[in-house]
Amino acid sequence: MSEITLDGITKVFDDGYEAVKEMNLEVGDGEFMILVGPSGCGKSTALRMIAGLEDISSGELKIGGEVVNDRAPKDRDIAMVFQNYALYPHMTVRENMGFALKLAGADKAEIESKVEAAAKTLDLTQHLDRRPANLSGGQRQRVAMGRAIVRDPKAFLMDEPLSNLDAKLRVQMRTEVARLQSRLETTTVYVTHDQTEAMTLGDRVAVMRAGVLQQVGTPAELYEEPINLFVAGFIGSPAMNFMPAEVSGGKVKLPIGEADLPEGLGGGRDGQVVAGLRPESFEDAEMVGDLRDERGVVFKAEIDLVESLGSDLYAYFHVESGGVESDQLADLVEERLEETGVPEVREGQEQIVARLDPASKIKRGDTAELWADTSKLHLFDAESGERLSRGLSTEKGEGRTAGTVSREL
Amino acid sequence: MKQGSRDYATWSIAIAVVLIFALIPVIWLISLSLKPPSAVTDQRFIPSEISFDNYKSLFEGGISDSPFIKPLINSILIALITTVIAITLASFAAYAIARLEFPGKRVILAGALAIAMFPPISTVGPLFDMWRALGLYDTYPGLIIPYLTFSLPLAIYVLVAFFREIPWDLEQAAQVDGATPFQAFRKVIVPLAAPGVFTAAILVFIFAWNDFVFAISLTSSDASRTVPAALAFFTGESSFTQPTGSIAAAAVVVTVPIIVFVLFFQRRIVSGLTAGAVKG
Repeated sequence: MSEITLDGITKVFDDGYEAVKEMNLEVGDGEFMILVGPSGCGKSTALRMIAGLEDISSGELKIGGEVVNDRAPKDRDIAMVFQNYALYPHMTVRENMGFALKLAGADKAEIESKVEAAAKTLDLTQHLDRRPANLSGGQRQRVAMGRAIVRDPKAFLMDEPLSNLDAKLRVQMRTEVARLQSRLETTTVYVTHDQTEAMTLGDRVAVMRAGVLQQVGTPAELYEEPINLFVAGFIGSPAMNFMPAEVSGGKVKLPIGEADLPEGLGGGRDGQVVAGLRPESFEDAEMVGDLRDERGVVFKAEIDLVESLGSDLYAYFHVESGGVESDQLADLVEERLEETGVPEVREGQEQIVARLDPASKIKRGDTAELWADTSKLHLFDAESGERLSRGLSTEKGEGRTAGTVSREL
Repeated sequence: MKQGSRDYATWSIAIAVVLIFALIPVIWLISLSLKPPSAVTDQRFIPSEISFDNYKSLFEGGISDSPFIKPLINSILIALITTVIAITLASFAAYAIARLEFPGKRVILAGALAIAMFPPISTVGPLFDMWRALGLYDTYPGLIIPYLTFSLPLAIYVLVAFFREIPWDLEQAAQVDGATPFQAFRKVIVPLAAPGVFTAAILVFIFAWNDFVFAISLTSSDASRTVPAALAFFTGESSFTQPTGSIAAAAVVVTVPIIVFVLFFQRRIVSGLTAGAVKG
């Protein structure tokens, strides 16, 4: 049994900066857990505390049921894959992979057979006698993985292991990592800032922001029932669209029209909220047929830009923002600004992305008639950013630290 | 192409000029050492008659009577011991300075630099008195200690620069792989810092090997006198002849270990040893 339990783990650096706050997380035996969040959210620090490379300021860390707070990394029986691989350049691939076993005092024949087996798994057999300097990026990455799996440790810790690979190789290695993990059934904690990686790899995903664990759940749970604005905006690509909304008397008034409040949403309170709608909840009104009369709203929008990817068609337009303000959203905007360098929001307006049927005839500059499926609406409290679902009156903040999912509310 | 060959020619000439400038004294020394005593003052660059008498006289009489063998052994041992101790201590110190945050780090670095700039001659007088009182006068430790004092700062500086180049992650990877901090240091960090270690070793060795000031002041007999000091005590065949030929021969002989040492370690100074450690 090698589950990992974080109980109220906090990290305060010497300069007083609180990188991880009261983190509670349980990673089951054999589970593939992803820690995801924007840069600086504390996910790597959390991982390094599990590895023992960073002291734990307070809280309790258990691996396989034993408290390991004060154990050195070498006594925790974990293997780590570093973002930059950290291969020993003066050793061959074989020596790199066998280093841990050698330190543990395994005999030569055993090291040899284990290294050979791992090399075979990772397709590295013909490179065993080369040095890291002579390997390609993908091969180095595999050596780093090999160094971890050779030991058969209680847990793998991976710190953005794919972020140094080019896009194509990354996708390929992603499937390889997933296959490897499900075959070895070793408890794995995987840190990434890439939500696509998080969604495709993990059994469960833990989203972090500014040192605080936001939500833990399966990829589907996070996608369908994000607990707050941050998670809603972080998970999914293109990101969820947000717009101001007003709830009153069982109706929700959006910048794109008025709709019935979907069952179980935001009930019980009238007032200003933030509405979220995923790009795929929009459609070209001409393509939806009878559905447009059944539910949702039809509205006209001036299309700023159309991106056709063949399988999908993304249409960009904007609505009046009416002052949607939230520090959680501001975080996301900042994060995206860092990645793309292009500010996407104009003053007083919200950009909306709609994912349309590729057969749609909508062009740039058109004033097109679009349909929005308001039954897929997400509503959030404008101030706290918390999801407004069935029981609006329930305590706010529940699930934030414990990581329970909002469907329980 | 034409440009390239002209550059090549220009550089060749420039390098040749520098080489000749640097090597003429050495060649002159070799030439002197090969002349018989009677021909030393003949002002000829190429000896008219080659004789190895000067070399023979250096080693004549075995360890007890030869004026050269014992000092040569002293030189080799003192320089090697100094190098080993200095590199060991310096690598620990440099590692701590490069890797750890501790109070007084700046003071230590500044202090090391200050010592390196201190003129050795000004310490000779006090050392002479102290060593006589402590019984270190004319002993190996009596020379090794001041050599360490002056070579450690240099070695620490060189090594800190090299240690800083090594990715931190490598050491953490070693720790996760099950290494104790000392194992991580010895099996990962030191091998990677090898070019720096050898560079520092060469510098320390040359410093200790070439020193004259301490050697002449803190020794009084062949018990610990090193070659540079011993040369000053060479005597000619009679009290009226200068021992020029013997000194030249000894000077040639003591150059050999330095050349061997540098060539040996130069092979270890492979640049780009850390290539391939990190990144894709």
